[in-house]
Amino acid sequence: MAIAAGAWREVALSDAEYERIVELLGREPTPVELGMFGAMWSEHCGYKHSRPHLKRLPTEAPWVLQGPGENAGAVDIGDGLAAVFKVESHNHPSAVEPYQGAATGVGGIVRDIFTMGARPIALLDALRFGPLDQPRNRYLFDNVVGGIGGYGNCLGIPTVGGEVFFDETFSANPLVNAMCVGIAPHDGIVRARASGIGNIIMLIGAETGRDGLHGATFASVEDPEGSHRGVIQVGNPFLEKLLLEACLELLQGDDVVAMQDLGAAGLTSSTVECASRGGVGVEIDVALVPRRETGMTPYEVMLSESQERMLLVVKPEGVERVQRVVEKWSLQAAAIGKITGDGMVRVRDGEQVVAEVPARFFTDECPTYLRPAAESPAIRAARERDLSGLPDVQPDQVPDVLLRLLRSPNIGSRRPVYERYDHTILTNTVVPPGAADAAVLRIKGTQRGIAVAIDCNSRYCYLDPELGAMHAVAEATRNVACVGGRPLAITNCLNFGNPEKPAGAYQLERAVTGMASACRALGIPVVSGNVSLYNETGEVAVMPTPMVGAVGVLDDVRRHVTQRWQSGQVVYLLGDGAPSLGGSEYLAVVHGLTAGRPPALDLDAERSLQETVRRGIEEGVIAAAHDCSAGGLAVMLAEMAIASGIGFVLLEEGEPAESGRLDVAWFGEAGSRIVVACAAENAGRLESLCAEAGIACRRLGRADGETIDLRRFGSVTVADARDAYESALLNLS
Amino acid sequence: MSDLIGVITFPGSNGDHDALHAISNDIGAPARLVDYRETDLSPFAALIVPGGFSYGDYLRCGAIARFAPIVEPLREFAARGGPVLGICNGFQVLTEAHLLPGALLRNKTLRFHCHWTWLRIEQTDTAWTGGYTRGEIIRLPVAHGDGSYYADPETLARLEDTGRVVARYCTAEGEITDESNPNGSLNAIAGVANERGNVVGLMPHPERATDPLIGGDDGLRMLRSVLAFLPAGVTR
Repeated sequence: MAIAAGAWREVALSDAEYERIVELLGREPTPVELGMFGAMWSEHCGYKHSRPHLKRLPTEAPWVLQGPGENAGAVDIGDGLAAVFKVESHNHPSAVEPYQGAATGVGGIVRDIFTMGARPIALLDALRFGPLDQPRNRYLFDNVVGGIGGYGNCLGIPTVGGEVFFDETFSANPLVNAMCVGIAPHDGIVRARASGIGNIIMLIGAETGRDGLHGATFASVEDPEGSHRGVIQVGNPFLEKLLLEACLELLQGDDVVAMQDLGAAGLTSSTVECASRGGVGVEIDVALVPRRETGMTPYEVMLSESQERMLLVVKPEGVERVQRVVEKWSLQAAAIGKITGDGMVRVRDGEQVVAEVPARFFTDECPTYLRPAAESPAIRAARERDLSGLPDVQPDQVPDVLLRLLRSPNIGSRRPVYERYDHTILTNTVVPPGAADAAVLRIKGTQRGIAVAIDCNSRYCYLDPELGAMHAVAEATRNVACVGGRPLAITNCLNFGNPEKPAGAYQLERAVTGMASACRALGIPVVSGNVSLYNETGEVAVMPTPMVGAVGVLDDVRRHVTQRWQSGQVVYLLGDGAPSLGGSEYLAVVHGLTAGRPPALDLDAERSLQETVRRGIEEGVIAAAHDCSAGGLAVMLAEMAIASGIGFVLLEEGEPAESGRLDVAWFGEAGSRIVVACAAENAGRLESLCAEAGIACRRLGRADGETIDLRRFGSVTVADARDAYESALLNLS
Repeated sequence: MSDLIGVITFPGSNGDHDALHAISNDIGAPARLVDYRETDLSPFAALIVPGGFSYGDYLRCGAIARFAPIVEPLREFAARGGPVLGICNGFQVLTEAHLLPGALLRNKTLRFHCHWTWLRIEQTDTAWTGGYTRGEIIRLPVAHGDGSYYADPETLARLEDTGRVVARYCTAEGEITDESNPNGSLNAIAGVANERGNVVGLMPHPERATDPLIGGDDGLRMLRSVLAFLPAGVTR
């Protein structure tokens, strides 16, 4: 069958890309082949705009067991165990059908983890929406949270952390990033590399339907509302739970040589990736694929994104065991093809060959682009805006401004979100959501724990993508250090607008530059990740959001801290990052501005601060810690007081200098600052720890009473602060 | 006689491993998982129906699980006086199987809730609460979307009159208030027992409160209670 003129545009391939396909094949592609190229050469699968940048990220460290290129990354956490983790976006589907979009996003990332042979033990999610005064944004927010909970709760994997931020630029393009962490013994890690000519390809799990056709392609164009209707998948967490248990049991044997989940671009990408990684060929017969509906064409079978499916490569003698295990879990398995030695991806429909393409054409030959990049003049102007003319807060206004910030949806309590997620199941949750900057989980059978956090300040990245991405790496790892964890590695999810436009290309290029330099300076590799571009509708692109998920280890999980201080403890500010109003929440809430230069970041100081705080926690010197981030110092003190139910008394020596601006001192933001509390008898040890490391250590006050007493700047009762804080997202979702 | 505790795994159960770990690791009693297709329950001294989403709970929670092959033998086990504890989805399954009265409806907020909650122990004369004192306040986590206990007025009165309400949601001080009742349960009921007191169902999760490191260990005594309840010499 001939390809109609322009048909390639329907699968989002350019004229030049189509010509290249014809040149590679030496003929016109068949319709099935064209659909497969459309999916594999999409940004979603082929990373054609991001691959040149991703190469610049550091990915190696002695403790990295698996870097990018597999379903997830893995790091050594000691005792022969590995943490296996990755973050992934499901932005476009969630914009159209928020509940199912978010639910299947969770399903996809969980499959990536257990495909590696790891048992998933934690989920995190990072979300972006437009302002909640708009009903549609409330609908999206409510249903995304519902979908994440609905899927994760049913699977029985605790959702222990995350973050959420609201800004107008996310109204048409909400972001839904889900991260999963699993644990596996080192020798239990499985790679998705097909091998062994003659081995059998089996498909297990759900039947294949017409849902989600072309999801990968349409995740790689603008305007999800306009393009995504009819391609949304529906999740079945019950089936995924059975699939999870079946797969982990199957991987106990040595007859399953590879496992690859069917996510974006379904059977197409799973067969191509398995073959390409293993340097072999695959031959499958779509007629053997169990189907949910009749009359499906080979094209539809190859591009379906039906959820809860898994591709296995099995030694011939293992096929019977696979059948037995799968039946035990009430699932079905079908042998649909075999591994060949010719490097081809060959698709049959019974006797007829409907696609026959060298696997590497889909992967290695995928074109990459470095588009012309130029910063948006409007953003540059916003960054360079002079903020010195803004009226400063007066001393007696500090309490009111503090309460306003605590009520901000970008700062206030996330309880209405995380209480809809089961965060106690699996009985590993040592530090639950809302108690600290990172969640801590125990690793049963060991003394160890892991700390996990996900973070990105989208506003900083908008104003300065390079600096903003540096902050994202610094803050996510700082969060891990603030509970006592030693950060080991990160996973990233690069959420950007259209990379084909100069402004979008600029943001992507700069953000990766910043991320790479921060990772190098902090000694933190990137072990996995995902890219979501085209988060743009009309002329509005999302604030660039290079989300960073960090994983760290605690050698003794009992030696952790939260934000909770005790009466009588001394409160210090560690680190001397200079606070700034640029890109601050204060500026947005009080002056309605997204402007100014985000705070500068000294990465050497950051590394030393993180290490010092982690040591202080490990030694039992530091009793509570909180990363000083959005909202500035006053908000951090209030958050710690709220978490503890114990107030704070400012010391005279803790007062800001008379000369500076008060808004900067109390509400300005900076990197490399951590508020800590310690018992009075440990104060000397803390000060000497900081002195040894060259870390600024300023005594602010002590934890006590029922008010946050800022001396000449007035006071707020902890009860009032809590009411404001707890009201931020209440009745809005 | 056996001293083995069984934890039933239905398709979609997800609290089975937590219950197993709590018993075998935290209280050190012998335990194993029991597949929903098993029908010989004679090896077991006590059975736990754990939390989760049996069969996905796409219909009414627990409504499909009650037809599983293990449920009829479970009914006989209970009729012989064998101790059975239903936790969360397990409680729902036990009400659907009519091993316990009443039903669990959607939470009053219509949303799933996960948080720690205070409970007042109302009845210690059961297989699973003998280790507490009456009126004692304990703290356990809840995690459910359908935990609002309902029974018709007659049944409710009978439960109250015969002391079959095992635990109620309360404040830290033990008061019963609207705010302390997270799901809208009638009479703030968190758990009930059958007439003989050998079958108990509750929405909160004792198996998740087994170590101060993970937030509390008030659940341990519930699991230990059954060991004391079993005939002397059975447990070692």
